[in-house]
Amino acid sequence: MSLQLVANVVVLAAIYALVSTGYVLVYRVSRVLNLAHGELMMVGAYFLVSTAGLFSSNPILALVLAALCGLVMGVLVYVVLMRWMTGEAVLAAVLITIALGILLRGLSILIWTTQQFYPAAMFGWRNPPVHVAPGVQISAASLAIVCLTIVVYIGLFVFLQFTRWGVRMRAAGQSPLLAEQRGIRLHAVYAVAWGLSTFTASLAGMLLALDSGVESTMATIGLKAFPAALVGGLDSLLGAAIGALIVAAAEIAAIQYVNPLLSDVVPFLVLLIVLAIRPWGLFGSREQLDRV
Amino acid sequence: MRDGSPYAQELALFGTRARRIRLAAALAVLAALPFVATPFLLDLANQVLLACIGALALMLLTGFAGLISLGTAGLLAAGAYCVGVLVREVGAPFWITLPAAAVLGALLGLIFGLPSLRLRGLYLAISTLGLHFVVVYLGGEYEAREVLSTGVMIDSPSIGGFTLSSGRAWYFALLAFAALALLISVNLQRSRTGRAWRALRERDIVASALGIDVQRFKLMAFMVSATMTAVAGALFAYFRNFVSIDAFSLYLTVQYLAMIIIGGMGSIPGALLGAGFVILFPYAIEAIAAYLPERFSNMEFAIDYAAFGVVMILFLLLEPAGLMGIWQRLRNSFAARRAPAVLSRDRR
Repeated sequence: MSLQLVANVVVLAAIYALVSTGYVLVYRVSRVLNLAHGELMMVGAYFLVSTAGLFSSNPILALVLAALCGLVMGVLVYVVLMRWMTGEAVLAAVLITIALGILLRGLSILIWTTQQFYPAAMFGWRNPPVHVAPGVQISAASLAIVCLTIVVYIGLFVFLQFTRWGVRMRAAGQSPLLAEQRGIRLHAVYAVAWGLSTFTASLAGMLLALDSGVESTMATIGLKAFPAALVGGLDSLLGAAIGALIVAAAEIAAIQYVNPLLSDVVPFLVLLIVLAIRPWGLFGSREQLDRV
Repeated sequence: MRDGSPYAQELALFGTRARRIRLAAALAVLAALPFVATPFLLDLANQVLLACIGALALMLLTGFAGLISLGTAGLLAAGAYCVGVLVREVGAPFWITLPAAAVLGALLGLIFGLPSLRLRGLYLAISTLGLHFVVVYLGGEYEAREVLSTGVMIDSPSIGGFTLSSGRAWYFALLAFAALALLISVNLQRSRTGRAWRALRERDIVASALGIDVQRFKLMAFMVSATMTAVAGALFAYFRNFVSIDAFSLYLTVQYLAMIIIGGMGSIPGALLGAGFVILFPYAIEAIAAYLPERFSNMEFAIDYAAFGVVMILFLLLEPAGLMGIWQRLRNSFAARRAPAVLSRDRR
């Protein structure tokens, strides 16, 4: 495998890792699988299109504003929709996220049409290739994605490990009953988890939009990041990062050596293999898995 | 068993006079429909009948056995491609392709069902989602290899000089298949198998303690459901004269899930109602969209998506028992308003 391939794997893995944090956060805290995550990521990218249109002279303001919109969107999704699903069957909660995904898909086309947007061009930014090693180049936006993924992972680790809200979130994930008896407000914790989840997804969507534009098919990338989360173990952030590497390596290798059409299937093939051998993932907690 | 014994009465499908009259009336309406309907309405009716088969199949699996599957679109694609490939490669007639699709469906059902022996709930849904992508990839790969940019064309099936191509002929053919699917579903649901499935749905540990072979009945649910779905896919291919992988997106799976949610989980009439609702919904939206501002013209599909999402969410939040739940409630409130004596007579 040449160095360029390695670089491609790292970039793709960074995208998957960044998106899959959202799956892990929500699942770890509230045991809900959010199948609308890809659509939420896409809407996050579209927020950047809107703010870039408003503040094209001030990219930083536009980026921050769009990221904040992403955060608020997640909290709203929980408060308006998912709050009513706490305590309901797993099936109902998954179905409602599927319905939400369809709704967001329709709304985003109604608001932003099916046209492809390039927020980078709206800022007047170019996306030059960067030489990261001799003979190896990736786009500047891709490099930004890799750096941002590392920052987000460190940030989330510190947040979950050391801050008050992080501890509350872990407690709620371990035992909602005990957490609530200790005075942790579960609804607030779940709302924060959803907000953070869509925040990271929006960051991923925004950077992808800066790299290669945004259109209504972006949601698929979000769905392909799901196997990464599951391979690593749905409740482990470290697992999600390693799962993302495995899935990305398998995907790039399949595209390079077998058949480019395989690109959409490989993540799910990896997922099926892992489900057959080790369904709780590489780093997931085994006892909590809903298994026969 | 002697006729007239309480058990035979219980088992009889059309035991009471009222039921027989209702059935005769329904049959009369269904038989008269193609002779009064416009071609457009007839096409709608055909689509609904086709969707009924898939909705019943998913209802058996998810509504009765409680096994979540996100593989409906994949199974429909498998049935349709079975026909497409057999017709294109060896020119097989429909009395070979339909059984072949059924066998393929059963086989895929077995494969889709294998993860259910080890996984449940969420993880099962995910593994069927994975298999969906595999089936769709194989179909796309076939199209790409054969350089079929537009999909596979399929001639209408013919039996000794009679070609099944008019809307009216299709109507009766699809009605027969839908009735068969209905009969299979009703009989499975009220027999030992159906009771085993319901026990599985409530708690599979209890079911196994009651002596139910959990693995056998789980696999059976998957195989029966997948066979019905694949046959529906095969019929779809013949009905449209055309197979293309673009028709089998994840959205199709969502539509079938919506049918059983909106109709009412765990209810066979619910599956039929839901199929009708979901198929007719886009046409209703289209009619409404005509009154929307200019900006939203030619965006019917997006309005359709959004409205569809809203309807699904509303049903899940407010009426988890679906249209059948609403119907039951209406009937109960109506019955309660009548004299209590009537109620007790109905109960007898």
